[in-house]
Amino acid sequence: MRYLVCIKQTPDTAELPKITPEEAASGKLSVNLVVNPWDELAIEAGLKLMETYGGVTGAITVGDEGAIDALRSALAMGCKDATLVENADADVFGVATLLAAAVKKDGDVGVVVTGQMTVDGNTGALPVILARKLGWPVLTSVAKIVDLNDDGITVERSVGQARLTVKAPLPAVVSVNKEIGEPRYPTFINIRKAARVKVPTLTAADLGVDAPTPVVHMDNFRKPPARDAKVQLFEGSPQEAAAALVDALLAEKVL
Amino acid sequence: MKFLVYIETDSGDVVASSWEALGAALSLGDDVEAVVIGDKISVVVEETVKRGAQKVYVIEDETRALFDLERHLADVKNVLDMSGADAFLASHTGNGRDLAAALGADKGAGVIADALELSVDGDKLKGVRGIYSGNILVDVTVDGAPQIATLRPRAFAAAEDAGASADVVLVDPAAADSPYEVLGVERAETGEVSLTEASIIVSGGRGVAKDPELGFDLIRELAGLLGAAVGASRAAVDAGFISYEHQVGQTGKVVRPDLYIAAGISGAVQHLAGMGASKVIVAINKDPEAPIFSVANYGVAGDLFQVIPALSEAVRAKLGK
Repeated sequence: MRYLVCIKQTPDTAELPKITPEEAASGKLSVNLVVNPWDELAIEAGLKLMETYGGVTGAITVGDEGAIDALRSALAMGCKDATLVENADADVFGVATLLAAAVKKDGDVGVVVTGQMTVDGNTGALPVILARKLGWPVLTSVAKIVDLNDDGITVERSVGQARLTVKAPLPAVVSVNKEIGEPRYPTFINIRKAARVKVPTLTAADLGVDAPTPVVHMDNFRKPPARDAKVQLFEGSPQEAAAALVDALLAEKVL
Repeated sequence: MKFLVYIETDSGDVVASSWEALGAALSLGDDVEAVVIGDKISVVVEETVKRGAQKVYVIEDETRALFDLERHLADVKNVLDMSGADAFLASHTGNGRDLAAALGADKGAGVIADALELSVDGDKLKGVRGIYSGNILVDVTVDGAPQIATLRPRAFAAAEDAGASADVVLVDPAAADSPYEVLGVERAETGEVSLTEASIIVSGGRGVAKDPELGFDLIRELAGLLGAAVGASRAAVDAGFISYEHQVGQTGKVVRPDLYIAAGISGAVQHLAGMGASKVIVAINKDPEAPIFSVANYGVAGDLFQVIPALSEAVRAKLGK
């Protein structure tokens, strides 16, 4: 079976606070870019599918040329192939349109795996939109893949406070969370090999679709108001500090 | 602008943040309808009426007891046709997120996802939301009909019981074949408070390391006294001190309680991305230089193994618990 992992190149989470409104508005970021941490989990899930049930796992992203670095990380972790769909302007609906076209072109994909959300766009909407565009079922917030066979895929989903075991027929889209397991480190030899791979690049035209028109419009990029917090420290014995703290919290009306 | 608000249910119970979506709609217009989908939902329907929706569409069916994207989406599309609403609002829960995204995809409409604020600008909704994990705020508008938005839990005031009355319209379940087969349901222990809905959260971090079991027992005891949810930092989860569903932060849950007590948590930016919007933050940490103190309103530079039990004792004494 063929598994395709959709990834995105996003800022290193440690550097997110450094992003300025101007950078965010232009999309030209000066911070270090890496594989979206949720997508590292998707890669891990895709690789585990290949190891457990056989088949081939590839990676795909929508982005500019620089996003090839993210694909090389996926190759270094163990993905067998990688594809860049070149487009830097699409919103989440446009990215889904391009990915859906790429999945169809790929041919016999049985499972598309994505991370649960991205640390830049923060919508968590991509797996669902992609599945609707493909006409496939979608299983979001997947903590564990229980079984995969010709009949379908069975997973455990974390939904609210509940854990649901759900089965869906193939092909299907699956979005994973952290419980799927720690992403593996790329081996030295795989990093070397990945660096030499020529990553194929496709455009919307190659995929036979129009470049998507955005339906989500963002404006007035700004920093959130700074926390008005000058910390008030309570000293003395733990009992004294605790008593004074509880008084302060009662005065704030948060207890 | 006419609103249709999705009131989410789970096995007959309301998902409480739905009242915030209803409250947001009622604050923006007086033409507000609601749709309740589920099984054994008479109490939820009654509540929806009392809280001020002018018309409540009800789809009550055994096949709707649990959220099913295919079926619930088909029902919502039916009701949108009947209602003619211009805008569709839902709480940004996991199911609300999926429902809104699927509706947008099918209708060729955008979604204002996880909005922190919402307003009406002519015939469009305008939202404020965070991107880059809350490090940048933007105004967002979307194309298409209906106008769709999901609302960050605890960012909007809930619609209160106003003793209102409304038309209740019973709607047949849409004929939708679901591809999903639920084989099992496991629920959190009763009494456990949901992190995203909690008004108080007590969280533990690496600071519990010398005795993680005792550390989280102490945290749970305080949380129990306060009716609070129990959270954790990534470090505590990765070390196996507590399970992932308690993780607050970048790769965990984003929360916004009135009170967040961080015990033995250093305050890495990835943790702040999850709890930085809390109203009041209390830091308890042995290291007075820990970054958590720079975002905290109140702090105790001390050992959580001493301070947390002292807090429990003070809460018992002062709140009579």
